[in-house]
Amino acid sequence: MAYTVPKLKDHSAKALDKASDNLLAALEKESKAVKNEEEWKIFRDRWMARKNGVLTQINDLWLKAAPVEAKPVFGQKVNWLKKHVEGMVEVTNKRLLFAQLPAKHVKSKKKIKVETIDLDAFARDLKHGLIASQSLDITLPGIRRPLGSEHPVIKTIHEIVSVFRNLGYSVQEGPVIETDYYNFEALNFPPNHPARDTQDTLFIACQESKPQRERLLLRTHTSPVQIRTMENMKPPVRIVIPGKVHRNDPPDASHSPMFHQVEGLAVDTNITFCDLKGTLDHAMKALFGSSVKTSFRPSFFPFTEPSAEMMVSCFICGGSGKRGAEPCRPCKQTGWIEILGCGMVDPNVYGFVDYDPKKVSGFAFGMGADRIAILKYGVDDIQLFFNGDVRFLEQFG
Amino acid sequence: MKLSPTWLREFVDAKVDDRRLAQDLSSVGIAVENISGEGKNAVFEMEIGTNRPDAMNHYGVAREASAIYNLPLRAVDSKLPATPGNAEFTVEIADQGGCARYTARIVRDVSIKPSPDAIAKRLILVDQRTINNAADATNYALWEMGHPTHVFDLDLLEGGKILVRRAFTGETIKTLDGVERKLTPEDLVIADAVKPVALAGVMGGFDTMITDKTRNVLIEAAWFDPATIRKSSRRHALHTDASHRFERGADFDATTKACDRVAALILESAGGKLAGLAIDAVARQVDLAPVALHLSDVHRILGERLETNEIFRILQQLGFELMPERGGDPDFTVHIPSWRLDVEREIDLVEEIARLHGYDKFANTLPAYAGAVVEAPDAEKDNKLRTALLALGYDEAVSLTFISHEDAETFSSAPVIELANPQSEEASVMRSSLVPGMLNMLAYNLNRGTDSVRLFEAGSVFEATDDGTSEPKRICMGATSPPLQNAQGWGTHDGGFFDLKGDVENLLRAFEHKSLKYDAQTADYYYPGRSARALMDGALVAQFGQIHPNISAVRRLRQNVFIAELYLDRLFPQGLRAVRYQALPRYPAVERDFSFVFEDGVTFEKIQTAVIGLGLTELRSFVPVEIFRGGNVPAGNYSLLLRARFQSYARTLREDEVAHWSAQILKALEGLGGKLRA
Repeated sequence: MAYTVPKLKDHSAKALDKASDNLLAALEKESKAVKNEEEWKIFRDRWMARKNGVLTQINDLWLKAAPVEAKPVFGQKVNWLKKHVEGMVEVTNKRLLFAQLPAKHVKSKKKIKVETIDLDAFARDLKHGLIASQSLDITLPGIRRPLGSEHPVIKTIHEIVSVFRNLGYSVQEGPVIETDYYNFEALNFPPNHPARDTQDTLFIACQESKPQRERLLLRTHTSPVQIRTMENMKPPVRIVIPGKVHRNDPPDASHSPMFHQVEGLAVDTNITFCDLKGTLDHAMKALFGSSVKTSFRPSFFPFTEPSAEMMVSCFICGGSGKRGAEPCRPCKQTGWIEILGCGMVDPNVYGFVDYDPKKVSGFAFGMGADRIAILKYGVDDIQLFFNGDVRFLEQFG
Repeated sequence: MKLSPTWLREFVDAKVDDRRLAQDLSSVGIAVENISGEGKNAVFEMEIGTNRPDAMNHYGVAREASAIYNLPLRAVDSKLPATPGNAEFTVEIADQGGCARYTARIVRDVSIKPSPDAIAKRLILVDQRTINNAADATNYALWEMGHPTHVFDLDLLEGGKILVRRAFTGETIKTLDGVERKLTPEDLVIADAVKPVALAGVMGGFDTMITDKTRNVLIEAAWFDPATIRKSSRRHALHTDASHRFERGADFDATTKACDRVAALILESAGGKLAGLAIDAVARQVDLAPVALHLSDVHRILGERLETNEIFRILQQLGFELMPERGGDPDFTVHIPSWRLDVEREIDLVEEIARLHGYDKFANTLPAYAGAVVEAPDAEKDNKLRTALLALGYDEAVSLTFISHEDAETFSSAPVIELANPQSEEASVMRSSLVPGMLNMLAYNLNRGTDSVRLFEAGSVFEATDDGTSEPKRICMGATSPPLQNAQGWGTHDGGFFDLKGDVENLLRAFEHKSLKYDAQTADYYYPGRSARALMDGALVAQFGQIHPNISAVRRLRQNVFIAELYLDRLFPQGLRAVRYQALPRYPAVERDFSFVFEDGVTFEKIQTAVIGLGLTELRSFVPVEIFRGGNVPAGNYSLLLRARFQSYARTLREDEVAHWSAQILKALEGLGGKLRA
């Protein structure tokens, strides 16, 4: 007849002791009967299962049922029993393990008399022998599951995009192979205008038979997406445009024929130059830390007017121009870094997308993600971004 | 472009030092990039935007300084002795589209020699080569006041006349740089009665240039059409200081002043005397239309209300004339100075006002917004795949978008898009596959001693279509690692095909599908029998496997390389798998193992199909556990340990049920020719 936990008729210490002795006797008997792992699991669950295990039962039937004045004594006892049962379950498992060891191992180890096992002694043994023998050199390096590293430029793009998303900008993308119209004409670069020379263009072959505005080229900036978006959407417009762009720059440490831009555009009624400044100042603080300052200088882009170049106080040297005793290279010791071009959208651009420049106004800005990554991580050669060298890439993991 | 602050100070009495002057100019967009030298030898390295040809000289920059500091601007000194009478020379403009104005002066009895020190030093300071006193006079005037001029040896001009016309077909000219150039009827030339003597606005002719023997000179100061000059300059690949300015728009009113200034400089340095008055041929007027200025628009664009006084002062100081309008709509009519061809609209004036007010003085505000953020359609899918790839241990890579013709042919069948002006043969077409870029990156690592590499690149490929181009999105994965010893073909992580397939399966798992099948019909660049295609609901969504040994050999890849391509344009329409919770089983599962020997032709797919075909509802999974070849397994056969797992959601399974199902499975496997191992 298997042991069942009795309800206690009286809550005296004596009754408790007796019940406890019976329980321990049953525990030892059942422990001895365990022959293999399956049986051990059943044994363990019978005594320790949270639902209806013996320990749970004594908690409910003995401790909870005890009157308030007896609780301290009952509590102690039940705790002690709990430790005892847990120990026994553990010991039973160890006995099975040792039984599996070849005889010579058992001999060379401490001989264990399972029948009269002394829990306290076993606990000591575990502490000093078994546990010690299983201890590891925890100073050895961990075995790492490989984790991929984010590409520094893509990561930078995501960071920039996320700042503007939080300001209410939606992501827009567009084709890399563009027409002359979207890349230049609709952005107020008239045919044969010298401003086109500032963007050395890679052209697609065999376009001579087409009218100039339909000729294909590799977009030199992500600005064509501004036009494509405004063509399909009435104000208010708030978009951020990440993407690849190409220019016919021979590759060197600071130039690559392919690089990445993130542009933004906001058009609405009553968007002002002050809003442009405030938005970008906010974005730069979000990107580079709240202590960076921004400064704006007049510049020229055909598709914005007034146009500006924005500088941020050098986030490497904090604007001092020095790193310790060394000159700060990223800002050329000026304390300022040119980071993006921007401006109020030129009214001519609105003409191409059928917006009324008397009613709406807006601003646009664009920055080179590769350049920002270069500055941020102190990379000295843009080519490193594009050759897949894992010694480089894994530094950004 | 270089400027001397000392020279600049001849026109404006700026009280600040050079460093401060440089900063203040930069802050109004006349960028001083660098300062070198000290005192009189100080030099500003300038960066002037293409829209501001008027500021590409000392006087123009001095004008900006005068507006910044609210100081008077001194005029360029070009006083000449009175010389009544005509010059006895004819200037005729035959092409008024190309040339609006041509002013000339003649100086006789000059002695050509090196320039005086003061002139030479200044030219050298701003990086100009000194030639002789006459040629240097034109250069000096150019850097001083910005208008390009030219001097001819008068005695080498035939027929006593200058004719501005288009070139005739077949005509040639040897320019000052000694190059013989073929002209076309699109080129505007300066000709004498017989021959072209200068490529208008670009460069003078070699045969009429000033030499030691020159006694009499003709000075030219003209206004040429910007587009005409730009085309000529491009056609002849000849970019000069003159063409740079003419193509951006020169000052129509400056031709006489420039001509006088050059004449004054020549008289001073080469002696001689002026022959008569200036000849000023005007073919047409270049008038800059007045612009209406509304103060409300200035405020609407800039966001801050500036004092009318300040607006007035800024524009006047820059040379604009403001006429107040009765009624105030517009507030002012603004007359544009002849040197500001870039100012045509009200917004151009707004920029001038903002620029001189100082951008940094405007407040920083954030605009109100009544819209909502809209997600890009594929953002969630892109992000899901990228996150999974990073978690699977692939480093994110980016390669260039160009490949060679040869690679395009090897790795894709799509019509390619060629570049008209590629940087090299290896980069002459837009990539039609991500594979060559990936192989290059793997090779790059292997060649540098990194032999365990996993990379992925997400990006577009480029294909020509009937009506243009398309840019389908792809993901390419590349993996290589040194071969492991004792690696089995399947069942252990060996960096080989099945590792890659497992990764592909993990990625595809994110997408909703009814069926996912694999076949071996891969492209030619894959290793046959060691590569596969994944078909999701019949659509080819991925292709992967070991790269063909021929390709490895050509690219000198010294270990096995595995590639996977995901065709996102076909995968994304599937949509992300909608996750639905399934109740966890409350009853224990039962596993049964089956150890069989099969002939090699019996694929796992066949086995799986046969077993699933039994339609056992309680069969939760049926998976291979171990594959073994050799030993006592006959050649052409393999041993396969399979594991079936049964479980019911409703009850504990009975022994006899499981036995019955196992027997059915055994029978099905035997039906495939499998033999149960003892």
